[in-house]
Amino acid sequence: MTLSTKIGLDKPSFLERNLPLYKQFMGVVKFFQRWPVIPIVMISILILLAVFADITGYDPELPALRDRTLPMFSEPVDPLTKDLTRHWLGADQFGRDTLTRIMHGARITLYVLLIAAVSGTIIGTTYGLVAGFFGGVIDDILMRILDLVYSIPFLLLALVAAVVFDPSLLVVIILLAFLAWPAFVRNVRAEILSLKERDYIMYARVAGASRIRLMLYHLLPGVLNTVIVIATLRIGQLILAEASLSFLGAGVPPPTPVWGALVAEGRDYLNDAWWVSMFPSVGIFLVVMSLNFLGDWFRDRFDPRLRQLS
Amino acid sequence: MRAIILKGKMGKYIFRRFLFSFFTLIGATAIVFGLSRAVGDPRDLFAQEGGYGVTEETYEHLTKMLNLDKPLYMQYLIWLGKTARGDLGRSLLGQKDVADLIGEKVLNTLELTTFSWILSTIIGIPLGVLSAIKRGSIWDWAGRFLALIGQAAPPFVIAIVGILIFAVKLGWLPAGSGESYLLKGMFRGISSGDFSLIPAFFTGGWKHYVLPVGTLGLAASASYLRLTRSSMLEILDSEYIKLARAKGVPEFTVIWKHALKNALIPPLTMAALIFVGFLTGTIIVETVFVWPGLGLLATTAVSENDFPVMTGSVLLFAVFYAIVIFISDLTYGLIDPRIRYS
Repeated sequence: MTLSTKIGLDKPSFLERNLPLYKQFMGVVKFFQRWPVIPIVMISILILLAVFADITGYDPELPALRDRTLPMFSEPVDPLTKDLTRHWLGADQFGRDTLTRIMHGARITLYVLLIAAVSGTIIGTTYGLVAGFFGGVIDDILMRILDLVYSIPFLLLALVAAVVFDPSLLVVIILLAFLAWPAFVRNVRAEILSLKERDYIMYARVAGASRIRLMLYHLLPGVLNTVIVIATLRIGQLILAEASLSFLGAGVPPPTPVWGALVAEGRDYLNDAWWVSMFPSVGIFLVVMSLNFLGDWFRDRFDPRLRQLS
Repeated sequence: MRAIILKGKMGKYIFRRFLFSFFTLIGATAIVFGLSRAVGDPRDLFAQEGGYGVTEETYEHLTKMLNLDKPLYMQYLIWLGKTARGDLGRSLLGQKDVADLIGEKVLNTLELTTFSWILSTIIGIPLGVLSAIKRGSIWDWAGRFLALIGQAAPPFVIAIVGILIFAVKLGWLPAGSGESYLLKGMFRGISSGDFSLIPAFFTGGWKHYVLPVGTLGLAASASYLRLTRSSMLEILDSEYIKLARAKGVPEFTVIWKHALKNALIPPLTMAALIFVGFLTGTIIVETVFVWPGLGLLATTAVSENDFPVMTGSVLLFAVFYAIVIFISDLTYGLIDPRIRYS
């Protein structure tokens, strides 16, 4: 008796007994399993929010004390212009529109992530490439340095950095890039170690290719799949790290709307205005979840060997 | 003979790991020291903007006291020596001894992490097994949901949602300011005979624990769960499990005894690393729930620009970190003899 019989998986389920409906349903399920529909929709929404952040007509940083902690869907009338305005997701303790702040936050999040992830990817890949390609003493030294970097607790480093250098967008980006790069090194290096023994590399050497040329034109394309997969899987963690940093007050300084900081600011007003920190929280959760799903999908498609990564 | 060879290898391995931990600590202290100098002239910390300033003599005195007239490596060595003797300097605000400040908080943090560790283990591992053996069942979905939340929701989001539901809307639990009742109660009881904190835990003190411990435990139980689930699935597919089934061992014994023993290797080897994850997690959770531990100390020091406190707590975290990683490297071999020390 196999395990599946034993736990009753072989019995026709309710859905299987209603076959046509079941088939249709499974068709939809298969489609959703085959293509990362939900993540792509979520990320498109994020990008749209970021692009059209100005559409709500509110200033993300300008306090409007008359509107403070207004609930969702409230429609205050502007006393000067008599215009009807609407706070779709309510207003925070300074009367700033929550939706507007979230949208501008999306803009900054994307901006920070893009730069940090790209630079982290480039640094990590180059590091692994050099370590794997040269081998020997260089490899040893580089890998020991990597071990050292791994043994530094990131959040603490970031906190100290926030005291030493005043928190700013640039510092946050540098810190996140610093967090991102070590993840690439081991996998890239392992790939390079096996790739550089291949015949085509030998031929390229015989043909007189320089080391730089070997690395950039012959080895790098071979590891690109791995790099893309790791990068997508890492971005979610970068968002979490960025949010944690701004939550602790070591991130992008206020009043710039960043999601982590939005959650942090709202937490003192949970009693009167839960929406201030709840919507950014949900936003972070959904975005990270979608990115994780997308990363899983990329991994299963391009590089199933990386399964143990997550 | 074989045992002796193994022992020799193991000894070498332990020595190498120990050396490495040592260098890590040197690196960490160098970074902390470097940053404490990068912040600018430490003398300026005593005469901050908008303050009353210092006299010429005090300035000279500070130079002598902080050894600024000596070369940098000497400053580092002196600082290191002082640190090793537990002298972490004085906090800028209130001029309290940093070592004392940290000493007050350590127990609180330790108790929080220990409770969360226990919680995450007793949730994560059984649920991981259940979701592996009953794929597609309610347990599996519960497990997947938990794993999803643990992976995608940062601890502060879980904390905020928890506060909103259980403290604000339902009013069942306090939203913050807990304290270590058990560990502190024990220490206080031993030193002064006052055991009153321990009964206080059972009469209502435990309420303070629920939200912070739950928040920290939830994220960690997700990683336990994922590890247990995947290793359990792998093990259940192996030959010796099929053999056990074939010779008629009851299913319960097959799963909870034969399979689980081997499936526990990855989660157990990760246990130390998960504990390390707690150290970072505590910084956030303590801040949200105003739990007076090391993490809260560190974050308040950040917001108050109190540099000595900052470096002191970071240093302690780094030491914890190095110790735990060292222990985890050793336990790899104890738990799974197949691992070679090379």
